[in-house]
Amino acid sequence: MLLALLIWVFTVVIVWMFAGDYWTFPEAINEHGRQYDQHFATTLYITGAIFFVSQIALGWTIFKYRDNGGRATYSHGNNKLEVLWTSAAAVLFIGAVLLSTRIWAGVHLTPPQGEVVEIEAVAKQFLFNFRYAGADGKFGKLDIKQINDAAGNPFGIDEKDPAGKDDVVNSNIRVPKGKPVRLILRSRDVIHNFFVRELRVKQDMVPGMVIPLHFQADKVGKYDVACSELCGLGHHQMRAELEVMEPADFEKWLQEEDAKLKAQ
Amino acid sequence: MADTVHAVEVHHTPAGFLRRYVFSMDHKVIGIQYLITAMVMALVGGLLAMLMRLQLAFPHETWPLLGKIFPVGMEGGVMKPEFYLSLLTMHGTLMVFFVVSMALLSGFGNFVIPLQIGARDMAFPFLNMLSYWVMVPACLVMLASFFVEGGAAASGWTAYPPLSAVKEAVPGSQMGQTLWIVGMALFIASFTMGGLNYVTTILNLRTKGMSLLRMPVTVWSLFAASLLGLLAFPPLTAAAVMLLLDRHAGTSFFLPSGLYFGNQLLENSGGTPLLWQHLFWFLGHPEVYVLILPALGITLEMMPVFTRKPLFGFRMTLYCLGAITFLSLIVWGHHMYVSGMSPYAGEFFAIGTLVITLPSAVIGMNMLASLYGGALRLKTPMLFAIAAVVFFGTGGFGGLFLGNPTSDIQLHDTYFVVGHFHLMIGGVTLMATFAGCYYWFPKMFGRMMSERLGKLHFWLTFPCFYGIFVAMHYNGLQGQPRRYFNFERYEFLAGVREPQFWITVAAFLLFIAQVAFLWNFFYSAWRGAPADANPWQASTLEWTTTSPAPHGNWAGEIPEVHRWAYDYSVPGQAEDCTPQNRPQSVAPVTY
Repeated sequence: MLLALLIWVFTVVIVWMFAGDYWTFPEAINEHGRQYDQHFATTLYITGAIFFVSQIALGWTIFKYRDNGGRATYSHGNNKLEVLWTSAAAVLFIGAVLLSTRIWAGVHLTPPQGEVVEIEAVAKQFLFNFRYAGADGKFGKLDIKQINDAAGNPFGIDEKDPAGKDDVVNSNIRVPKGKPVRLILRSRDVIHNFFVRELRVKQDMVPGMVIPLHFQADKVGKYDVACSELCGLGHHQMRAELEVMEPADFEKWLQEEDAKLKAQ
Repeated sequence: MADTVHAVEVHHTPAGFLRRYVFSMDHKVIGIQYLITAMVMALVGGLLAMLMRLQLAFPHETWPLLGKIFPVGMEGGVMKPEFYLSLLTMHGTLMVFFVVSMALLSGFGNFVIPLQIGARDMAFPFLNMLSYWVMVPACLVMLASFFVEGGAAASGWTAYPPLSAVKEAVPGSQMGQTLWIVGMALFIASFTMGGLNYVTTILNLRTKGMSLLRMPVTVWSLFAASLLGLLAFPPLTAAAVMLLLDRHAGTSFFLPSGLYFGNQLLENSGGTPLLWQHLFWFLGHPEVYVLILPALGITLEMMPVFTRKPLFGFRMTLYCLGAITFLSLIVWGHHMYVSGMSPYAGEFFAIGTLVITLPSAVIGMNMLASLYGGALRLKTPMLFAIAAVVFFGTGGFGGLFLGNPTSDIQLHDTYFVVGHFHLMIGGVTLMATFAGCYYWFPKMFGRMMSERLGKLHFWLTFPCFYGIFVAMHYNGLQGQPRRYFNFERYEFLAGVREPQFWITVAAFLLFIAQVAFLWNFFYSAWRGAPADANPWQASTLEWTTTSPAPHGNWAGEIPEVHRWAYDYSVPGQAEDCTPQNRPQSVAPVTY
């Protein structure tokens, strides 16, 4: 009796909390994020409805069929019922995956269209660094032997390559609003992760691998980039800032950085 | 088959204390040894969790007393991040392998299988004893790792290289990680001996009339889980050896070129960290089914006994167990959706994962339908079995979000995952373990556990457990990453700081509630009310012998089986339970 009540209370509270405004995602700042949220909501409706019905039914069964001296029903099962709920679950669950393949493909398989801003990222314990090609639009060659954090060269940009002279390196990432960004992820030591929850984007940065990631943010603002793969002592402090800027401001910032490099 | 059974009847009860209780070859004693060892390890694992909860709720507090107990990890009473990482690594490792696997497979597997199939003992009693005495050093090595230079392993229970492979990566990757590998190797060796024993015993030592389809569902689930363990553990053994070589012999199985630690370039080249992830999860995912299958089996076992109604869809449930066993070997990649693995592989693993939800859902529905129309006796074992059903439902629905690569992107490595797997391989399994303890206790010790304390234990455990891990799901939606020492550097995590306090309160309450269980267990073993042979009026074979069962399990002949395991409330029968050994002449066979 009490148990049935408790199960009901938990069920109602869980449904209420998931359905209410309290625990929904922060607003997405890109098209992929909005599609993601929509798909999440669809999954939530499907599972939520089944969850609610099954838990309420469980509570009701416990309440209704508690032992009061009567004899239990004799039954081995019901094949029709089994087939029915297996196929219903199959349609709903597998449907949910099939529905979302388009979103998955959009992130991973479809290359970004139009004028793409290319940025490189390298992670190390416990910092992100980002690199822009600079005025010449070309990244300088990398040579791991030339990595020198003290001298501001966490990427190991080759001194001898002229294309690298104007490469802008920054520990935060800035992107122009409304333009597709292609981010090339690398790691220098252990596995890290690039996670921006407003973008609904999360990707491991694996040493020895070069992993491309693309997104297009359409809302100006500053957002947290968090490392989401255990990387050591400072894992909980490995943060960068993502700043989405008006395209004009972005260009201006890049030019300023370029000027600074030339002055050196 | 029958000949073998009779041949063992010459077994005599060993005389000395050592041979009888310590180096025993009796499956029942070994089962109880395993259960008690698992309780000790659970206590340690639980304490580690409490330390973590303390840190998460009060990130800047000083605890002078704890500073004295952990002079290195909590110097001056303030926790260090490396200690926190060791805590979470060892909590995961101990709970998954040394508590849940040990209690369900090694504990109940040993105790229940021969009794339920009508065997005098395991097929290989000496191997059985050996498996326990290999497990003991495994436990000791794991615990010892806290006291070596650098502390215990700190790369998570998943031990992803390079973090786990390079000594400079984190303090726990010094001696601690090596001991972790050695401990795991011993564990796997012990577990393999156990698995071989269970499979052989089930296939060869069943009593007359005990056809495979007449075996109780617990035995079936243990059979499936043992097979799965035997198939899935070897790749982890291989991976552990490779990791050991990477650490100490200069190989590069998991280490690519260009690794740069502390201003120094490592000489490794040619390996890939993803290889470890594949090998680890090739075990890791089947392992969660190794844990959950026996838990489901035990939960299902309680249903007919405490509803007085046959199990609903017994054969369908067995097919589902079989389907899960097979499918669980091809879904490991769903732990790697954001790892950098090919996105096409992600799609493949997504389909596999969603297909495996189907047999799981069917088992869930069968559980629900088994309750429907019954006459529920809400004794303590049944309460815990119902809790397992509740968690299986709630946790299962969370799995639908995580199994789908698209929705997993945002939730991966957040507290949503932490909440999810604690409900499933923490909640369902622990609830089933408790159910099993209360249920088979009379057969172990010839006494009953206290119902009153059992109910107290249940009413504290169930809501706390549920509340803690549901709250973690919500925090995960906010993006709260797991394995964080604190949540202070991020503005976006402001919202998850406050709930930490309440989660910690509930966690402490949950931990304290287990005292009721431990007290009940040990006190009742000594002073509990005497139990008769069949205190629950159950139909399976273990209840046909005395409580506690003697050495060799039955004083006389082993009973012969005439029917399936769950004949309850058969129309035309006066009693509402027809034991498996009741001859056809007395009660007709219906199924």
